[in-house]
Amino acid sequence: MEKVFGRPKSLLAVRTHYCPGCGHGIIHRLLAEVMDELGIRERTVGVAPVGCSVLIYNYIDCDMYEAAHGRAPAIATGCKRVHPELTVFTYQGDGDLAAIGTAEVVHAAARGEQITTIFVNNAVYGMTGGQMAPTTLVGQKTTTSPFGRSAKHSGYPIRMSELLATLEGAAYIARVSVHTPKHILQAKKAIKKAFETQIKGLGFSLVEVLSQCPTIWGLSSKESLDWVEKKMMPYYPLGEFKVPKEEKV
Amino acid sequence: MEKRFMTGNEAIAEAAVQAGCRYFFGYPITPQSELPEYLARRLPEVGGCFLQAESEIAAIYMVFGAAGAGARVLTSSSSPGISLKQEGISYIAGAWLPCVIVNIMRGGPGLGGIQPSQSDYFQATKGGGHGDYRLVVLAPSTVQEAVNLTMEAFDLADKYRTPVMILGDGYLGQMMEPVEFKKRKQQSLPPKDWTLTGAKGRPRRIIKTLYLQPEILEQRNLTLNRRYQEIIKDEIRAETYLTEDAEVIIAAFGTVARIAKSAIRILREKGIKAGLVRPITLFPFPYQTFAQISDKIKKILVVEMNLGQMVEDVKLGVCGKAEVFFYGRTGGMVPSYDEIVVEVEKIVKEP
Ligand SMILES: Cc1ncc(C[n+]2csc(CCOP(=O)(O)OP(=O)(O)O)c2C)c(N)n1
Ligand code: SF4
Repeated sequence: MEKVFGRPKSLLAVRTHYCPGCGHGIIHRLLAEVMDELGIRERTVGVAPVGCSVLIYNYIDCDMYEAAHGRAPAIATGCKRVHPELTVFTYQGDGDLAAIGTAEVVHAAARGEQITTIFVNNAVYGMTGGQMAPTTLVGQKTTTSPFGRSAKHSGYPIRMSELLATLEGAAYIARVSVHTPKHILQAKKAIKKAFETQIKGLGFSLVEVLSQCPTIWGLSSKESLDWVEKKMMPYYPLGEFKVPKEEKV
Repeated sequence: MEKRFMTGNEAIAEAAVQAGCRYFFGYPITPQSELPEYLARRLPEVGGCFLQAESEIAAIYMVFGAAGAGARVLTSSSSPGISLKQEGISYIAGAWLPCVIVNIMRGGPGLGGIQPSQSDYFQATKGGGHGDYRLVVLAPSTVQEAVNLTMEAFDLADKYRTPVMILGDGYLGQMMEPVEFKKRKQQSLPPKDWTLTGAKGRPRRIIKTLYLQPEILEQRNLTLNRRYQEIIKDEIRAETYLTEDAEVIIAAFGTVARIAKSAIRILREKGIKAGLVRPITLFPFPYQTFAQISDKIKKILVVEMNLGQMVEDVKLGVCGKAEVFFYGRTGGMVPSYDEIVVEVEKIVKEP
C-alpha cells in the first residue's frame, strides 16, 4: 500500500518534551517537512534559542548550535559568513527574539543577513514558568503581570513582523498561525518561502508563528486554539508584510 | 627579513592574518580601533570577512558562530567592551570552541578613561564570565612580542579548544615599533572533527552548553579542567632579567615590565642589584618561578597599572618565603621609572 502520510526524514523519531497541545511540535514538523521538500537537510545548520524549544536539536536531524538567550541571529551570522553555501536558520521564542535579543535580530535583518528565522510568538515566557513577554497582550495575566498587563505600567506588546518589515535588508517577513489545519498549511508555505528567499540569496527572512501555549495560558488544548483566533489574531494580524523584490509586480 | 614599522594594534591584526585568521567581528572602542580598521582593509584582500557588529555582545556570538563553523576567528576590544563580551566568552569556553580575543585595556571602572591600564587582570585571569572555566591569557610587552604571541594564540586555541586572550594596554596598542613577521613552524594540531558544516554523509553534530543532569555537567567541567591542567603543565612562560645576582626583584607584566627594566638599569648604576620577573602567561601563572626565586631573594616589589591585582598571584607563588611589596598607579596613570626607583630604594632600606 502506498504511504501517504509519514514522519519527515528531517524529524527524528523521538518523543518531544513539549506539553500536550503545544504549538512548538507542529512548527518543528513544518520545518522538517520544508527541509525535506527543499532537500537541504545535509547542508543546513540551525541555531536553537533559550526557551521551551532549547532542545529542538533533539528533534530536528541537522547540525545545530545552541545559542545563549537572544543571541541566535549573531551566531547564525558567524556561521553563514564562514559557510555562505549553507542554509542557516534560527528558531526563537518571543522573549528570546523580542526582548533580550532585539538588537541581534534587528541588525541581522538590517544587514540583510542571508539567514531564516522562525519566530514563535506565544505571548508568554514558557520555559521560566509563565512570566510576561514583550508580546503579552494588554490585560493578559501572567505571573509577573498578575493583575493583567497594564499599558500604563508596562507599555504595549511589540509587533515584531511589522517592525522588521520596515528594514531594507529584510526580504521576506510573514506572520502565520498553527491553530487550524488550514492555517498550518499556510504556515508551511510561508516557512518554505522564507527558506527559498535565503537560498536565492535575496536577504533576511522571518516567519512569525502565533503558537498556542495551553499550559501557561491555563486553557485546554481546544480553548487555546480559540484564544489564538479571538485574542491574538486581532492584535497580531496574519499576512505577508514583506516579499522579495523579484516577486513584486 | 624585512621589518615593518607598525602600531601594536595594527601589528596584532597583521599577525592574526598571517596565522590564518580570516574572520573578525567587533565593535569600535578606543584605544584599539586601529586593529579593526586595519582588518577592514586587509581581510577582503585574503578572501576573509570583516564585519562590524551592532555591539560587543553580538560580536562575541558571531565569533561563537564562526568558531563553531571551523574558522580561525578574532575579536578585539577594550575594557568596557570586554565586560560586555563576558557572557559570550563563558559560552565559548563551555562549548569548547577556539578563538582569540584581544583586550587593549584602558582605565576603569565604568566608562573610566582611554589611557592605558592593567586593571582587567582579575577579569581576564579569574573568570570574568560565569562558570568553571579559564582563559589562556598572554601578556606581551613589546610590539614584536605581541606579533609572536598572537600567532601562537591561534595554535594554543586550536590545540586546547579554548578561547585565548591577548592582554595588552593602550600603550602597547598605540606604540609604534619595528616588527618582523616570521612564519611560525607548522604545529601538529588535533583535527577539527566537531565543526558544523551541514551533516552531509555523517551524523549530525551539536554545539551546546546546556547539560541539565549535574553528573554530566560535572564530567564536562572535569574534562575542561584536565585541559587546564595540561596547559598549566606545558604552557607557562615567564621572562627573568638580571635575577642571578639580584638582591631585590621587581615583578611586572606588559608595558610596566619595560618601564621596570629602565628602572633596574638606573638602580644598578646606583649599586642596588635589582632584577625582573615578567610573567608572559598570566594564566597559566608562573607560580613556580616566584616560588624558586623567593628561596634566595627576600624582597619583591610588584608594580602594576592598577591598585593590586597580579600581586595576589605573586603572593601565592612566594608563599610567605619573601616579603612582597606593591606599587601601582591607576585610572590611566603610568608609573615612571623614577617612581619605581624610589619605591625599590625604600624597600631595600627597610630592615
Ligand atoms: C541571560 C539569560 N537571562 C534569562 C534566562 C532565563 N530564561 C530562559 S528561557 C526565558 C524566556 C523564554 O521565553 P520565550 O523566548 O518566549 O520562549 P518560550 O519558552 O515561551 O518558548 C528566560 C527569561 C536565561 N537563560 N539567560
Ligand atoms: S510551556 Fe507552553 S510553550 Fe512551553 S512546552 Fe508547554 S505549552 Fe509549549
